[in-house]
Amino acid sequence: MSVKHGLLALLAEAPRHGYQLKTDLERRTGGSWAINIGQIYTTLQRLARDGLVEVAGSDGDRNDYRITPAGRHQLNDWFSAPIVPDGPPREELTIKVLLAIAARDVDVTELLQRQRTASVEHLQALTRRKAQADPNNELFFLVMLDGLIFRTEAEIRWLDATEARIRDAQRGNRS
Amino acid sequence: MIRTAVVRLEGVGRSFGEGHTAVVALHSTDLEVGPGEFVAIMGPSGSGKTTLLSLIGGLDRPSSGHVLVDGQDVGSLAARDLAVLRRRTVGYVFQDLNLLPSLTARENVALPLELDGRPARAARGQASAMLDALGLDGLDDRFPDDLSGGEQQRVAIARAMVGERKILLADEPTGALDSITGESVMRLLRSHCVGGGTVILVTHDAAHAAWADRVVFLRDGRIVDETRSAAVGAA
Repeated sequence: MSVKHGLLALLAEAPRHGYQLKTDLERRTGGSWAINIGQIYTTLQRLARDGLVEVAGSDGDRNDYRITPAGRHQLNDWFSAPIVPDGPPREELTIKVLLAIAARDVDVTELLQRQRTASVEHLQALTRRKAQADPNNELFFLVMLDGLIFRTEAEIRWLDATEARIRDAQRGNRS
Repeated sequence: MIRTAVVRLEGVGRSFGEGHTAVVALHSTDLEVGPGEFVAIMGPSGSGKTTLLSLIGGLDRPSSGHVLVDGQDVGSLAARDLAVLRRRTVGYVFQDLNLLPSLTARENVALPLELDGRPARAARGQASAMLDALGLDGLDDRFPDDLSGGEQQRVAIARAMVGERKILLADEPTGALDSITGESVMRLLRSHCVGGGTVILVTHDAAHAAWADRVVFLRDGRIVDETRSAAVGAA
């Protein structure tokens, strides 16, 4: 996820200066994304250089930026294109489980259960935050939490499926 | 040991058949659940989840060990006393709703009270109050066929909770519901604990189990792990 599209999305609504962009982007993403103010300014400079935003005005200390037609075009392209994974997964858990299956002296079922317990504890922590959120006033936060919850749930389903698949393979080898 | 445990399992086992053909559904199991606690039991199909819940609810008797519910040893209760325990202390919610189609929502919720000898009028008043308390007001006179799947399941929970039953046992109660409707069912189960009630939920769905204070993992009829217990409502 690039800061670039986040800034374009906010500037498509109204001109803003750098600090406003930082705080609005953090609020809009449910507090899940803490962005360095330096990163905001370097991205704005790059967007201005590429003709996607321009300075709308200045109060001396700081510049207000607005989106250009080219910036709007690029933002629309981004919203219309689905996000697709760009290669085989390389995250640590997948690699660890794959290596454990091949290793002779690792109890994979134990490893999967330890991970399952940890993942469910993480899911419990997320769910407690969800239970306390106000559904009418914290929409951004809830949508962000749902994203984290469903991803963690998917990871647990994958652990379950892996365990079942290993059992099937062991049964197949025995018979 | 939880001194005030509402549910206590001491070396509880359950097997079916005898000798060479015996199948062990649950090996010697210890478990304690306290008042106001929400415990989820997770595990793959055939891990013994439903057997465990049936034993706690007095729907089945253990082959060994003791099941204590609200201080009473379920295995040694006479059939009549067991029936009283099941009516007054324990409420059940299953995946199949089991609402009676010829009764309204209010009449369905009032049913366990009437079966327990409460006059119909008083029972229905109490049923209405229960539906109101769960945010289901307005559904009183509707028949199950006129309710959505989520509403039917919430009415089934109201029926399981009515009469101030201490323990709610739920077996995959969100089976066919979408995520957001399933979440409303979980919120309802949690609300039972806020009032000091106990919930034991059986599920294979981690997102639902995560509403519990503690998640117990079963595999091949044994408890293999559990999450650290979190205080009710803790952030």
